[in-house]
Amino acid sequence: MNALPEDGLVAIVKRDCPTCVMTAPVLGELARRAGITVFTQDDPSFPDTVPGPVGDLDLGISHRLQIEIVPTLIRLENGREIARTYGWDRGEWERVTGVADLGRELPESRPGCGAKNIEPGIIERLKIRFNETGLRSRRIEIGGDEDEQEAMFARGWSDGLPLVPPTEERVLRTLDGTSRDPQEVIGLVPPALATATVEKIAINAVMAGCKPEYLPVVLAAVEAALDEGFAMHGVLATTMFVGPVVLVNGPVRREIGMNARGNALGQGNRANSSIGRALQLVIRNIGEGRPQEVDRATLGNPGKLSYCFAEDEEGSCWEPLSVERGLKPGVSAVTVFAGFGLQGVVDQKSRDPESLCRSMAESLKAIHNVKLAPSCDALLVVCPEHERTFRNAGWSKARVYEELYRLCEIPGEELVAGAKGIAEGGPASLAGRSVNKFRPGGLMIVRAGGGAGMFSGIIGGWSAGGPRGSIPVTKEVTR
Amino acid sequence: MTVLLDPTSERSPTTTPRLPRPERLDGLVIGLLDIAKARGDVFLDRLDERLRERGIAVKRYKKPTNTRPAPLPLQQQIATEVNLVIEGLSD
Repeated sequence: MNALPEDGLVAIVKRDCPTCVMTAPVLGELARRAGITVFTQDDPSFPDTVPGPVGDLDLGISHRLQIEIVPTLIRLENGREIARTYGWDRGEWERVTGVADLGRELPESRPGCGAKNIEPGIIERLKIRFNETGLRSRRIEIGGDEDEQEAMFARGWSDGLPLVPPTEERVLRTLDGTSRDPQEVIGLVPPALATATVEKIAINAVMAGCKPEYLPVVLAAVEAALDEGFAMHGVLATTMFVGPVVLVNGPVRREIGMNARGNALGQGNRANSSIGRALQLVIRNIGEGRPQEVDRATLGNPGKLSYCFAEDEEGSCWEPLSVERGLKPGVSAVTVFAGFGLQGVVDQKSRDPESLCRSMAESLKAIHNVKLAPSCDALLVVCPEHERTFRNAGWSKARVYEELYRLCEIPGEELVAGAKGIAEGGPASLAGRSVNKFRPGGLMIVRAGGGAGMFSGIIGGWSAGGPRGSIPVTKEVTR
Repeated sequence: MTVLLDPTSERSPTTTPRLPRPERLDGLVIGLLDIAKARGDVFLDRLDERLRERGIAVKRYKKPTNTRPAPLPLQQQIATEVNLVIEGLSD
């Protein structure tokens, strides 16, 4: 084990740093004139200008001294640090060492290099070694002969697909993605109403495959799903198809490389896939919400593995959904919606907005059952070629909403049980009234998708949509 | 050996013991809780009838919506007013 001297000068260097190489003669001079212990981070024979440089290859000394830049020069007295400088600066080196006329042949100053002990991947291991991670979760040891994936499956952590093992290093690195305290409580996760801390959410985000920079989006999605209005317990427990659908707005979409264009609702983009999955794993692992237990879904839907996409704001002539829902433009946000599946709206012939709206309305009226209204909320994902039709006609989003609501008014007699030969339906008292398919505010419109194809999509909602069930919730993404 | 961090809430397994079943219903007050699911009232109305026929006191309650747990004040009210509760789950 290496030890720090109680008194005198200490330098931390690495051969890989040109400034360290440049100052090697000065270190030699200090060794002769004042005495110095030189710790080297990468090559124990460097610098050969001093007798016996000490290799700090495991970086323990560097870590304890909290070295960020090499070279760093420190003066110790009775085991305490009394002066420090880093990089090369003649005046500073003379001040710390008390030795005059150092390195006359060198320039006045030169910046140092990043220290090895703070490199990503290394700093995490050092924190773990020195027990300073601050992570409070139970440690689970997986034996060397045990298969990690099988061990995680056996513990019930998986949604059915392999997981990224949540090692301390990975969780620490992921927590770097946010400035929030790992022990901050984001909410209580149903059905167990167990506490979701930032740390617990980060563990599940690691397992889902998230990169550190996705964590703020995951946190916002969890926060939104745990909002009272979203009624996550009911969304989980219902026999209906729904799960949380996560829609992302604002600059964070591009910063983390989300897909809002071709195949936006499909596979193949790491951020889209892993953020939605992380939310589901939080419900599963923290909240203990599992199928055939409190999750009573009759069929569920494939999106209950992950259902997350970004709005194509750049391509859209309309304001983003987050702005429509009250946030400022340019603010990153997540909206969660209790939704299921995707019902296509295929219309390759409409060239005017009136015809296109009629097409969309007829499809919207079919959600759940043509005999049911108001039935549920819905998210209408308008593809670029359809949005173009509205853009060319100068239709604002408000106008599209207005028209779709107008077209989704249904004569009550069509909805009465038994009408159209279908037993499903409402009471006879509906006759003579007009009923809208959607509650006010229950229909949301976004633009996403690839440039070719006149194929929009409808994400249907939960029959208990609205304040008595689940309402969509929007939360700002904070770092 | 790999060390993993536990992704669960780490709740230690605890079991809540059930209350002892009453020997008989005579003299007890029974709460009937409608969770606001369709036709739950049909089931509970019939139970209400049968219990009253036997001279058993019945109190009726209803959750505002089936999608959420009963509000705390309602839970507390039920707990103070009746000896046992019957609720109609699902439809």
